[in-house]
Amino acid sequence: MHPFAYVAPKTVSEAVSVLAEHGDRARPLAGGTDLLVKARANVWDLDAVVDVKNIPELMSLSINGAGLSIGAGVPCCQVYEHKDIQEQYPGIIDGASIIGGIQIQSRAGLGGNLCNAAPSGDGIPALIAYSAVAKISGPNGNREVAVEDFATGPSRTVLENGELLTSIEIPKPAANSGAAYTRFIPRNEMDIAVAGVGVFVQLDSEGKKFESARIALASVGPTPILAQKAGDSLAGKPVNDESIASAASLAKDAASPITDMRGTVDQRKHLVEVLTGRMLNQAIERARG
Amino acid sequence: MVATFEPKTDYKVVGTRPIRHDGYDKVTGRAIYGGDMKLPGLIWGVMVRSPHAHATIKSIDTSAAEAMKGVFSVITGADMPKAPSKLVDLGEGNVNFKWASNKLMADTKVLYRGHPVAAVAAVDRYVAEEAARKVVVEYDVLPAITNVVDALKPDAPILLDDLVGDDLGEDVTNTNMAAHVRHEFGDVEGAMASATHTIEREYNMQMVHQGYIEPHNATALWDEEDRIKVWTSTQGSFPARTQIAGILQVDVSRVKVTPLEIGGGFGGKIPVYFEPIAALLSKKSQRPVKMVMERTAVFETTGPTPGARMIVKLGADSNGKLTAATADIWFEAGANPGAFIGPAAQCVYAPYEIPNTRIDGWDVLVNKPKVAPYRAPGSPQVAFAMESAVDELCEQAGWDSLQFRIDNASKEGTRRGDGVLFSKIGMQEVLEATKQTDHWNSPIGDAPEGKVRGRGIANGYWFNIGLKSSANLSVNSDGTVQLTEGSTDIGGSRTSMAMHVAEVLGLDAHDVRPVVGDTESVGFTDVTGGSRTTYATGYACWQAANNLVDVLKQRVAILWDVKAEDVDFKDGVFISNAESAKTISFKELAGKLEDLGGPANSTGAVDLESAGDGFGTHIADVEIDLATGKTDVIRYTAIQDVGTAIHPSYVEGQLQGGSVQGIGWALNEEYFMHEDGRMANSSFLDYRMPTSLDLPPIDTVLVEVPNPLHPYGVRGVGETPICPPIPAIANAINDATGKRLYSTPMNAGSIVESLK
Repeated sequence: MHPFAYVAPKTVSEAVSVLAEHGDRARPLAGGTDLLVKARANVWDLDAVVDVKNIPELMSLSINGAGLSIGAGVPCCQVYEHKDIQEQYPGIIDGASIIGGIQIQSRAGLGGNLCNAAPSGDGIPALIAYSAVAKISGPNGNREVAVEDFATGPSRTVLENGELLTSIEIPKPAANSGAAYTRFIPRNEMDIAVAGVGVFVQLDSEGKKFESARIALASVGPTPILAQKAGDSLAGKPVNDESIASAASLAKDAASPITDMRGTVDQRKHLVEVLTGRMLNQAIERARG
Repeated sequence: MVATFEPKTDYKVVGTRPIRHDGYDKVTGRAIYGGDMKLPGLIWGVMVRSPHAHATIKSIDTSAAEAMKGVFSVITGADMPKAPSKLVDLGEGNVNFKWASNKLMADTKVLYRGHPVAAVAAVDRYVAEEAARKVVVEYDVLPAITNVVDALKPDAPILLDDLVGDDLGEDVTNTNMAAHVRHEFGDVEGAMASATHTIEREYNMQMVHQGYIEPHNATALWDEEDRIKVWTSTQGSFPARTQIAGILQVDVSRVKVTPLEIGGGFGGKIPVYFEPIAALLSKKSQRPVKMVMERTAVFETTGPTPGARMIVKLGADSNGKLTAATADIWFEAGANPGAFIGPAAQCVYAPYEIPNTRIDGWDVLVNKPKVAPYRAPGSPQVAFAMESAVDELCEQAGWDSLQFRIDNASKEGTRRGDGVLFSKIGMQEVLEATKQTDHWNSPIGDAPEGKVRGRGIANGYWFNIGLKSSANLSVNSDGTVQLTEGSTDIGGSRTSMAMHVAEVLGLDAHDVRPVVGDTESVGFTDVTGGSRTTYATGYACWQAANNLVDVLKQRVAILWDVKAEDVDFKDGVFISNAESAKTISFKELAGKLEDLGGPANSTGAVDLESAGDGFGTHIADVEIDLATGKTDVIRYTAIQDVGTAIHPSYVEGQLQGGSVQGIGWALNEEYFMHEDGRMANSSFLDYRMPTSLDLPPIDTVLVEVPNPLHPYGVRGVGETPICPPIPAIANAINDATGKRLYSTPMNAGSIVESLK
């Protein structure tokens, strides 16, 4: 690691111009829990670090009739300690509350988790399941990208030179809906997912039929994955073990993991099936209130 | 003649739980660890390390690094003094200076990933790191050997061309086998052939690391007088001095080692890594040089414990008595010889009386870091094999495995696998205590839906060493005592030492102020390791305290104008034998010493055989998620013969700490190696040690069978508790799922695989 410039802009446009000037030798700093590690390990060779925590829109957290807006610099603890988010978005809480330990959660946020683009990012599958959208600002203006399309590979994203994630927008969940996320780790905390599954279900008013569902997977591909077929298969199906097992099996088919020190292909695919079943049941329980 | 002692029970200090003397500094963060070291003119040293596990070095070009602004010096293997091949005992394991030197800095070949090839000293850490990247090394990459089976194949690439292996006394060359030893007693074949029940199984274990939180570090100054001053976190300042002097080829008196506080070691901080390199950089830079290791390098280049392949065969008669046993043990030494097959042989059968036994052990080179001691080195491995086999034998024959262990327990006079006859030991007492525990007598309870529960037990053993220790005492005028001792304090030993002194002198433990001396302020003391410290250094402290009483009796004699023989000492008070009414307390006397001959000092120095054999039995309850294979340890009890517990909290802490490390080893820890010899999981993220959230409270039962070889009956306790957990968990998993696992780690993936 060599000396670098620390820049603390107060507006998005200032941040964008510094990022654009340095290209991939500049990175935004929110919580820093990934950035500092990568800089110290010389994974990133940086000339400038752009602290975004003085930019109001990146630090704002709001929830209203339209949905939930999480500024890209908002730490996980602010999300999971928010009463309304706990009530309306339990799936987001499931992910935000297991990233690292308490100290990490006080710095790290869902925006950073998304930009870090790890296949194992625990904050991402629930966002995908909730149909969240990433808002991006750059030298050529603003654009929006569905969260499932944000990561393009391990540590790679759709962000182009000078572009900055500003917020994550999550629509208001429909009535009779529920969501949940879990991961499998060999330990109980402070670990990285061998496989993770986030689901969102919307049931009919009696809670007996699926109206729609979205299932997203972590750690079983180069990016977090939307298992579109698995979720779609539930639309119109009765809420029973057979529908759930069939969707879990389709989710397993959508997984394309590798074998490494964290798990084998077989183990990870097996876990996707097990966890999808468990998360669907939990989301159904939440949907029924 | 070895002194023996009768057990006592009427202690005033021994057996109490005073707050540790170093507690405030540790809790407030004021304690000075190696990483805190600062000196005027201090510069930083950084290693240049091999990216390959096995390669020939074609060339090293350091010119670009040397030319960099802020760089003071660069060294390579060419700067290392040529140390002769000489074996020196370090207490827990030996060191051969030639190999030790080669391990610290490669010569013509790199033998493990991360093997240092050069070192750079610069004005700060970041400049040093940049400069290190500018050292250009050309390699011819060779195939890497990552396990003992491949290492011993006839066409295997040879790690060390000049290695002469010892095959049962015969020299062998062109080999990766450093040693093959055998211990055989009785008629093994005959007994095995006539056994009613036999079992033979193979067990495999991956290399694991101690996982201490504090990384290795050293600060060294090679001064203008050619004296080498070293500040470091070490398990033994004198053994560190021996190694530094041997590797640098200077007299030991030229080296002064000042031990700093140590953030864990478990055996891994007995070898030196940075100390001689920092010294050489300092010599060339003419400045003090500090080096602190990165976590990746701690995993890749310091001393883990051997991975193992083991085949154990047991024979028993129809009455449930063991009659014969064989064990074939292959241990990974890493890139230089020395894989603890000796201790493995000492430990494998120790909990049992078996009339006919054979052990064959092989010390095998592989392209991994050279192993170092790790808490009972070699014993947890053989415990996994032996205790799993015992359980499976009982299961096949329909015997109760605890009763079988009791019926076959070793006792005074039992011959250990390597031939040694046991003196007074507590294996039977431990097993009887196990039978009485609340844990053993409580039902395991029903598992939630989708989960199963199981219970396992296993024995463990460590022989506990004695060796050399020194201590100095001096009396302060306020009635307190200054204690300087040579054992670096890794687990609260300072307080145990002070308690030894306080018990003799009739003082409060806090009236004795202990400090750990450097190599120029206290006499020679061996490593803090081998479960010897409380035993041997405590013994030296006890001796110094008794010697101090003798010194003080002479001062009382001056005061009372009597002969020293007429002065008695009891419960902190000096009494006149001539006039029983005449008394003076220790504290009162301390205030008068100025006029009674001045400073009162004493020393203690010992060289002891053994700290008494340590036996333990553990009970583990596990709960397993059948769908994911996730195993939670839900209840755990460690029962151990501890001799006399000087400070019971620290003894319990040793039992709990050993259990926790064993649980981690059993379930998740491993060196996960790529085929080319790179470690894939060299971080605490992927090297999965248990956290507090992964463990139940560890209950302990201290069985106290006083050791007659120590004045208070102390027995070594620190290492035995890492031996039973791995087989206890294996036996519990088998009880829960009906599937036995023969390899570690017994992780979620392997459990799901076993259930298919």
